[in-house]
Amino acid sequence: MKVGSTLNIALRALRRNKMRSVLTALGIIIGVAAVIAMVGIGNGAKAQVEAQIASLGENVILIFSGSTTSSGIRTGWGGAGTLKIEDAEAIRREVPGVIAVSEEVVSTTQVAAGNQNWFTRIYGESADYLDIRQWPLADGAPFTAQDVRSSNKVCVIGKTTASQIYGNDSPVGQVLRIKNVPFTILGVLTPKGLSTQGVDQDDIVIMPYTSAMKRVIGGTTLRNINVQVGQGNEINAAQQQIIALLRQRHNIRPGRDDDFTVRNQQEIADAATATTAVMTLLLGSIAGVSLVVGGIGIMNIMLVSVTERTREIGTRMAVGAHGSDILTQFLIEAVTLSSVGGVIGIIFGIGASQILSSYAHWPTLISPSSIIVAFMFSAAVGIFFGFYPARKAAALDPIEALRYE
Amino acid sequence: MNDGSVVKLMDVHKTYHTGDVDVHAVRGVSLEIQRGEFVALMGASGSGKSTLMNILGCLDRPTSGRYVLDDADVSQLDRDRLADIRNHKLGFVFQSFNLLPRTSARENVELPLLYGTRHLTSAQLRQKADAVLGSVGLGGREDHHPSQLSGGQQQRVAIARALVNDPEIVLADEPTGNLDSRTSVEIMGIFQQLNERGITIIMVTHEADIATYARRNVVMRDGLILKDLQVTQRSDASIELEKIAPIDSETPS
Repeated sequence: MKVGSTLNIALRALRRNKMRSVLTALGIIIGVAAVIAMVGIGNGAKAQVEAQIASLGENVILIFSGSTTSSGIRTGWGGAGTLKIEDAEAIRREVPGVIAVSEEVVSTTQVAAGNQNWFTRIYGESADYLDIRQWPLADGAPFTAQDVRSSNKVCVIGKTTASQIYGNDSPVGQVLRIKNVPFTILGVLTPKGLSTQGVDQDDIVIMPYTSAMKRVIGGTTLRNINVQVGQGNEINAAQQQIIALLRQRHNIRPGRDDDFTVRNQQEIADAATATTAVMTLLLGSIAGVSLVVGGIGIMNIMLVSVTERTREIGTRMAVGAHGSDILTQFLIEAVTLSSVGGVIGIIFGIGASQILSSYAHWPTLISPSSIIVAFMFSAAVGIFFGFYPARKAAALDPIEALRYE
Repeated sequence: MNDGSVVKLMDVHKTYHTGDVDVHAVRGVSLEIQRGEFVALMGASGSGKSTLMNILGCLDRPTSGRYVLDDADVSQLDRDRLADIRNHKLGFVFQSFNLLPRTSARENVELPLLYGTRHLTSAQLRQKADAVLGSVGLGGREDHHPSQLSGGQQQRVAIARALVNDPEIVLADEPTGNLDSRTSVEIMGIFQQLNERGITIIMVTHEADIATYARRNVVMRDGLILKDLQVTQRSDASIELEKIAPIDSETPS
């Protein structure tokens, strides 16, 4: 018995029941489309998170005030103020490989100009900050190291802040009152969009940290220090040296916990992508359930079909079909239904993700590997759920089958 | 070639075990059928004629005894070997036609070829099926589905299917059971023509008048052969047909 003629026989049988074949395949179509779309959404979110992590800058080490013993990076933020300006200067001076350091203080406050006002975030930074973040200006110029040394009343502002206060006018050269201190706007940043936490990164005012500490926020400690090293392979060594340096400067005896937290960009990326990986897995599993339900649909229909076609099976056996021919025929029918359903499902899934990204603005990413996996899985579903009905058909006794009413 | 006998049954028994009771359906049948014979196997229901037919058709194996078909002992072959013999040497015609629904006459006739050992192209399949359909008078109806054909036409498709692999024997199980009397005679006419061409036919029937179209009648009772005689006053389908008032029996049902 040749595979060619069995294939021919199976396809003829499917063609005889077009409506039923289509409806059976529909279960698989929906299952595969759901898997493709859901995994596409998950991967899209992951890619977006990765892009945003990359926008933190290359080879960046972040040092936060206060200690955290938990693995999550966010719990360490806003801890006790233990980082001093001198700590940042010591890092800049003593740690090899460091090419840029930015002292950071953060606050939120009301800002005003003319008759407009807006509640926004104030970031105090060094002149290196925009280079570390790879954040160019759309208009104007950045503040300089001299501005930082002199605590000048200058700032650059984000796109959102600019449009809220000045509308369509150019804010460069205008005066912005922050806590009643007039700051001159030197430049407007290029838009960066939403962060991984959904915060609008363009709703921001960045000024020299010295100005922020003296004139706006007050206090003498830094929230964190951003450090950039020149080479990616220096990042671990630099991180260790920063820890040693800060422990020494803070007089922490061996065995005691750090009073600061050091994270590098890779760790932040890992934490963030772990979240989206869980989301992808979750979405994929839920969609996978519908694929399994589709498979059960195939088994159901194949079992009904075996019963309904008992006489046909008997006739085939009478004219010389082996049990294995019948088994192969029903398996091919099941696999054809599931794999044709799989191909159509992949097309629908890609279409659904396109619609989601264009109408709901969800980023989606469909990788070739997810298409291959979805197709293989749908074919496997056909074999798995088709095998039992096919074996049942093959085991029929030809005499009984011929007499079946 | 052999000595002319195509079927040889030697003391064949068949016993079914249903629960605690053993049913002796066939209890010692010896029968020899020559090449080119037309045998009607008769008997009341429960006489064992269907069981014997299943054994002759290689659908079932005897519990004891030997069955030699075309010089080969087929009594103890396994399922797959029996399937091959059914495909190569036997053709089946059933009471209820057993055509595949929603399938053209041509594709129904091609069915045994698909399970054969020779690999034929679809053009060869088509050519062969169309030739056999033409020989049973269904030329031009190759693309009709069973639902578009009358009972007599459906049975002709089934006969074409039985003939397509050039079998040694055509086995017919109550071939006229679902047909009106005129169509029955037409089908007998086809059988007589095939028999004239040298094809061996074994037919189960319980209708005495249908049995008169055969050359030999074997009557069974209680699992044994009661009578085995040549038909003396044989009916000729072509003459009988003229006696029946001509009606349009070939209108599709």
